[in-house]
Amino acid sequence: MSTTLIRGAQVLGGETRDVLIDGGLVAAVGTGLAADGAEVYEAAGQILLPGLVDLHTHLREPGREDSETVLTGTRAAALGGFTAVHAMANTFPVADTAGVVEQVWRLGRESGYCDVQPVGAVTVGLAGKQLAELGAMADSAAGVRVFSDDGKCVDDAVIMRRALEYVKAFDGVIAQHAQEPRLTEGAQMNEGVVSGELGLRGWPAVAEESVIARDVLLAAHVGSRVHVCHLSTAGSVEIVRWAKSKGWDVTAEVTPHHLLLTDELVRTYDPVYKVNPPLRTEADVLALREALADGTIDCVATDHAPHPHEDKDCEWAAAAMGMVGLETALSVVQHTMVDTGLLDWAGVADRMSFRPAAIGRLAGHGRPIAAGEPANLTLVDPAYRGVVNPAGFASRSRNTPYEGRELPGRVTATFLRGTATVRDGKLV
Amino acid sequence: MVEDPVEPARPVLEAPDIARVLTRITHEIVERAKGADDVVLLGIPTRGVHLADRLAARLAKITGRDIPVGSLDITMYRDDLRLGPARALARTEIPDEGVDGRLVVLVDDVLFSGRTIRAALDALGDIGRPRAVQLAVLVDRGHRQLPIRADYVGKNLPTSLRETVKVQLSEIDGRDCVLLGTAPGHGAA
Amino acid sequence: MKRHLISAADLTHDDATLILDTAEELARIAGRSIKKLPTLRGRTVVNLFFEDSTRTRISFEAAAKRLSADVINFSAKGSSVSKGESLKDTALTLQAMGADAVVIRHPSSGAPHRLATSDWIGGSVVNAGDGTHEHPTQALLDAFTMRRHLAGGPGGGPTFHRGPGDGTGRDLAGRRITVVGDVLHSRVARSNVALLTTLGARVTLVAPPTLLPIGVEHWPCEVSYDLDRALAGCDAVMMLRVQSERMNAAFFPTEREYSRRYGLDGTRMAALPEHAIVMHPGPMNRGMEITAEVADSGRCTAVEQVANGVSVRMAVLYLLLGGNEPAVTTHRTEESK
Repeated sequence: MSTTLIRGAQVLGGETRDVLIDGGLVAAVGTGLAADGAEVYEAAGQILLPGLVDLHTHLREPGREDSETVLTGTRAAALGGFTAVHAMANTFPVADTAGVVEQVWRLGRESGYCDVQPVGAVTVGLAGKQLAELGAMADSAAGVRVFSDDGKCVDDAVIMRRALEYVKAFDGVIAQHAQEPRLTEGAQMNEGVVSGELGLRGWPAVAEESVIARDVLLAAHVGSRVHVCHLSTAGSVEIVRWAKSKGWDVTAEVTPHHLLLTDELVRTYDPVYKVNPPLRTEADVLALREALADGTIDCVATDHAPHPHEDKDCEWAAAAMGMVGLETALSVVQHTMVDTGLLDWAGVADRMSFRPAAIGRLAGHGRPIAAGEPANLTLVDPAYRGVVNPAGFASRSRNTPYEGRELPGRVTATFLRGTATVRDGKLV
Repeated sequence: MVEDPVEPARPVLEAPDIARVLTRITHEIVERAKGADDVVLLGIPTRGVHLADRLAARLAKITGRDIPVGSLDITMYRDDLRLGPARALARTEIPDEGVDGRLVVLVDDVLFSGRTIRAALDALGDIGRPRAVQLAVLVDRGHRQLPIRADYVGKNLPTSLRETVKVQLSEIDGRDCVLLGTAPGHGAA
Repeated sequence: MKRHLISAADLTHDDATLILDTAEELARIAGRSIKKLPTLRGRTVVNLFFEDSTRTRISFEAAAKRLSADVINFSAKGSSVSKGESLKDTALTLQAMGADAVVIRHPSSGAPHRLATSDWIGGSVVNAGDGTHEHPTQALLDAFTMRRHLAGGPGGGPTFHRGPGDGTGRDLAGRRITVVGDVLHSRVARSNVALLTTLGARVTLVAPPTLLPIGVEHWPCEVSYDLDRALAGCDAVMMLRVQSERMNAAFFPTEREYSRRYGLDGTRMAALPEHAIVMHPGPMNRGMEITAEVADSGRCTAVEQVANGVSVRMAVLYLLLGGNEPAVTTHRTEESK
């Protein structure tokens, strides 16, 4: 394998260093490293991060290959600076058996753009009734550690308790999509002033918060760990903060869109803003940013949810929920967290690589940039300013809420085990 | 449309002239309508309505009877509606006696292309079937685009298409007069 | 005026007054032997109804036909998606047929907004009721009815007509309107709050707390849970239809309890000022939100509202389609000859 030299990058936004990659590993970090025939990336002014890790991606394969495949999704991930993504289980068939998770895992391996770590379903068919064979998925080649019925809430308290207990046997984690189903029947958007005016069925914050409250108590009771998916309200932040203060093993993620967008956008009735959980208020957005900055929220996860054009080119109620996010995540985080002074680049590395990899028990990702570590790296040009143009996306879907919006930063290169998947901002 | 004239407008009829011609028209109506027994006056908004009121008052004085008078808005019947934004409507007020079998005298301020009167005839046809329809105008400025003529004319005023004719009535404008001016463009209808 | 009528909140005071004044003139057509005007000859109005509403559809149909427009009724009951045809494809079909205006009723809030802001069609979009969002022509006909009964005299004084009068040129400044019932699910309430406020009225919403939307305290109106207190001193009370199915979703315990606390009966009607009118957008649930005694009394304007609906919808269609663009209300020019 050829060698690569990244010259003059700011490692984690700190000191300027050269990084030599050889044989898929970081061979050396220093100054004035000799090229010695290596392919050189001039990285002056750029930030070198550990390869980003997404705990929450919908790759849609198998079943909805019209919206995304493992190949297109991992290409999008690479462009976004990711070297590992967790593929959610709500596929067709559902990833609730060892067979399906191994298929997804293998497709990821074959794509070569990004590691795909399947998430296993908690219950059979995401139906919330019967535990899926969590152990078989954990023991499979995919080595599943994160289990989630994402898209649906494990709302039965007994099932949730059992799942939390059961995954302790293999250090698993239940990633809960917190949504009390009765309180959100037919819900279309955040319940508040805007929903009242627009006449759209409200989705109260309490529907999320009540489930999180129950689950952190359950996790504490059985001594297991719970991860809160796409936390979206200020109240949820308070509950997680309280649980952490108790020393309970609770982690949480926030999506980029919940760090930036509010329910005021729904006034357009443009379904590109329809997402689950819904866009909340300005106060929630500010609370989420603060919580991500102080570590109450552990990580950023994209909830990349591709949908074909026709599922969004319709009236609001008929539209699918979700937004693509892999290719814009880092820019949104830079815009909302770094450029606002809430988080430095080391913090970004922590929230978008170290911590999600740790929560997912993902070996080989989220490692320090040091000699001997796997060369999963992302190079970012923070000075770049560009207008989001979905036509240029590698994702098969275009349902981005940022079309036409100027966002900062650009991933110029991504390395997966030493091999460039993105170079000069383009897929290799 | 009434445009601001480039040159100051010149009065061609003043208040006493207007009073005189209205009185003359009243007598002509009585004469032609043989006592005006079945006359109904319908003014075309806006200024035609006030002229119709004035004629009705004069007719009442001469005949000693109340003369039915009303207004006929022609907006919905215009042939140029689609040349501009939708227009506000004016009031149509048909006297209780109706128009069936009667002599309807339409009253307007200026007769120009004849298109307003064409629209008025259409509007009238949807309201009833008069015995006959006649037309009284304060000013006939020529340039007809349709085979329409007035039965009673206050003043024939030969004009060029570059000129504007503006009627002012005390009820609306605070004074009675007819102004002849020059418009920057022409073709106002 | 804007090119579309999606929300009552889009109407300025001048827009609303122009529509009501125009409706006042057009209402006179109803008394003539020939109830037809040639104005929209050659224009095509499509009634696109994704939800059953015979009343609203025939009202729009009568309005369009009285203006000589060609009317196409397109009924797509149930979700268009469940039928396999999207709103977009339906819209493209109508566009191909050359629709100058699309009158749309849809169970999904925002569908007319979506239609108007998409590039699917070129004509005007008139919202005939979308989900639990808005029903602007209903609010216009309600305001028209109120104005005929309640509008102040030319000097602004409190003139009340015994029967329907002529409210031309007036608004509802200072009038107190109480709207009672299922505000949460009511597009009529949302449109009325916006329009009546624009016209200067003071609106009070009365409902059990379960049937008021979260955030209602930010609406430009007062809110009360107590009907009896709200009735004193109001000039019009509008009873909203309450579907008994709401009971199953625990919005209120029983129909009996609802009608006892929030229904209008003879006793409550007697507490109204003498000139006050009782309104209902129909269809009425007699015995639920309104007793038969009130519904059949001379103070109830429900039937009058239906008749006024045609006039108001004629006015809307005329002002949107009568010219080469919607009526201009900012600089009203003098009539040309």
